[in-house]
Amino acid sequence: MSAQAATTADSNTPMIEIDGLNKWYGDFHVLRDIDLTVQPGERIVVCGPSGSGKSTLIRCINHLEEHQQGRITVGGVHMTQDVKRIEQIRRHVGMVFQHFNLFPHLSVLDNCCIAQTWVQKKPRREAEATAMEFLERVQIADQAHKYPGQLSGGQQQRVAIARALCLRPEVMLFDEPTSALDPEMIKEVLDVMIELAREGMTMLCVTHEMGFAKTVADRVIFMDQGQIIEQAPPQEFFNNPRSERTQLFLSQILGH
Amino acid sequence: MTERPTPPSQSPVHPPSEPEVAPAAASTEHSMIAARPAPVARHGVTGWLRSRLFSTPLNSVVSLITLAVLVWALSPLVQWALIDADWIGTTREACTGEGACWVFISARFETIVYGFYPETERYRVDITLALLVATIAWLMIPRLPAKRWVVIFALVGFPVIAWLLLLGGHFGLPAVPTREWGGLMLTLTVAIVGIVGSLPLGVILALGRRSQMPLVRSLSVVFIEFWRGVPLITVLFMASVMLPLFVPSEVEFDKLLRALIGIMFFWSAYMAEVVRGGLQAIPRGQEEAAKALGLGYWRRMGLIILPQALKLVIPGIVNTFIALFKDTSLVLIIGLFDLLAIIRAGLTDTNWLGFATEGYVFAALMFWIFCFGMSRYSQYIERRLHTGH
Repeated sequence: MSAQAATTADSNTPMIEIDGLNKWYGDFHVLRDIDLTVQPGERIVVCGPSGSGKSTLIRCINHLEEHQQGRITVGGVHMTQDVKRIEQIRRHVGMVFQHFNLFPHLSVLDNCCIAQTWVQKKPRREAEATAMEFLERVQIADQAHKYPGQLSGGQQQRVAIARALCLRPEVMLFDEPTSALDPEMIKEVLDVMIELAREGMTMLCVTHEMGFAKTVADRVIFMDQGQIIEQAPPQEFFNNPRSERTQLFLSQILGH
Repeated sequence: MTERPTPPSQSPVHPPSEPEVAPAAASTEHSMIAARPAPVARHGVTGWLRSRLFSTPLNSVVSLITLAVLVWALSPLVQWALIDADWIGTTREACTGEGACWVFISARFETIVYGFYPETERYRVDITLALLVATIAWLMIPRLPAKRWVVIFALVGFPVIAWLLLLGGHFGLPAVPTREWGGLMLTLTVAIVGIVGSLPLGVILALGRRSQMPLVRSLSVVFIEFWRGVPLITVLFMASVMLPLFVPSEVEFDKLLRALIGIMFFWSAYMAEVVRGGLQAIPRGQEEAAKALGLGYWRRMGLIILPQALKLVIPGIVNTFIALFKDTSLVLIIGLFDLLAIIRAGLTDTNWLGFATEGYVFAALMFWIFCFGMSRYSQYIERRLHTGH
């Protein structure tokens, strides 16, 4: 993974560039004038109250949500409405969802192989080897032949991470990966994410796990009402929040 | 404690201790629990009867009443259809008793199966049928290999072979026009073409109805609502009477072909709505995850969404298949002699007047066998595809 990230990191070109992004749901202005640049290898945690647009923001990066204004460039590819381009961008970007979204009719192994076989056109044997390698890394290789419905939430989320990694993405997007998990399973998922961060993966995580933010983030972004209110390294963000809204938010989630 | 046999081990309440192994080792301080009566047998015929039919006094009464009603209702039928029935013979004289005269069926069995297909050419129907049975059996037995190729054969190879073989007119085979087809063979032709055609067409229409593209969506909606809104009888009349009025006279469509297309379109509209129900039940996250992995539209549908959606609506799909199978008998109104029509035709045979009951019971039995088979197979498939979610 780290080697992968290094080769494509054209050192100077940013991994993700978002410029003047605006999005509406009907009359509701979800994202307002978002500017964000992510360098290769950077680890960013996005937080904020619910409905602040943080999930929508990262879902715009791989075009699961369509934006109405602004530019998004991922790995040097400029996003347009063109399906080919969108699919090209999606090949660079892995995504992990709140509700795992594993394919319940496929075994764990097939979940990890399906995109390798059909998108990357790898031979089955090679795809399986890659899948097993990543399943090993998230420590779930022994469950490879089970179906997702037979696994616990934490195990499913680790499979979901492995599934995304199998395509060797350059950026990983995490959309509240631990919010649907029982408390005792959060750690096993966070451990995998921390490990991934150590290996140098470029990561954008929407999460409420402030401990995770303190440990691995290079930058914490605070969003409210569709705007980026504040962004700073975790040290500064947690100890010295500048805006009032950030202070209020932090006091609410760290207060007890 | 050891005087009495230890209770059988089915009872979870008191697992048998091991008295013979080490009685001395058992703690002598504790008093032994008195042996309980052996649990009531739960296996075998008596066990089954006891637990399912006679578990309480009330259940016993209900069971006895139900049995009595069944015997009262079914015994005349059994008496008529089996015990008093005449089975052997070739002519009307064989029908002597009070019961059913199945000689009526056996005497015209060939016609019931082949219709008016020329006698010397009937081996062609046999070959086609054998091929069909072999193909279906191959697909239905999970252990047999090369399923993909057999599916391709079933969908491409078999129809071509069946068409060439049954219709003839090539390779030295005498032509047998479709107006000479009939009976079970015609029923199966209509049903299989209908089933095999309407499912894929229905899937396409269901996807079309959910499409982002307005033109595709409205075309699908119009198609579905049109075919769903007219009675099948109207469709068949239109196909056989009206269509020739609209197309130039030198273009001649076969009547059976027209009926087949009408039936296929009609049922594909129903199928589309069944499949759409399944598509709507799949969480949006499934498609998003597939998108995020870079899968394109057709792969997302073919590999992720449809396998789940179709599995979900197997009962609905099979329901439609069964309705389709039974409604094939409507082709008799445009002058095609399917299984039911050919039996009805037999009723007017002056040598065999008065055997309507036998004829209809036999027709019902034939339809029931096929429909019940489909139903059972679908239940088996549902169990097999269950992956614990």
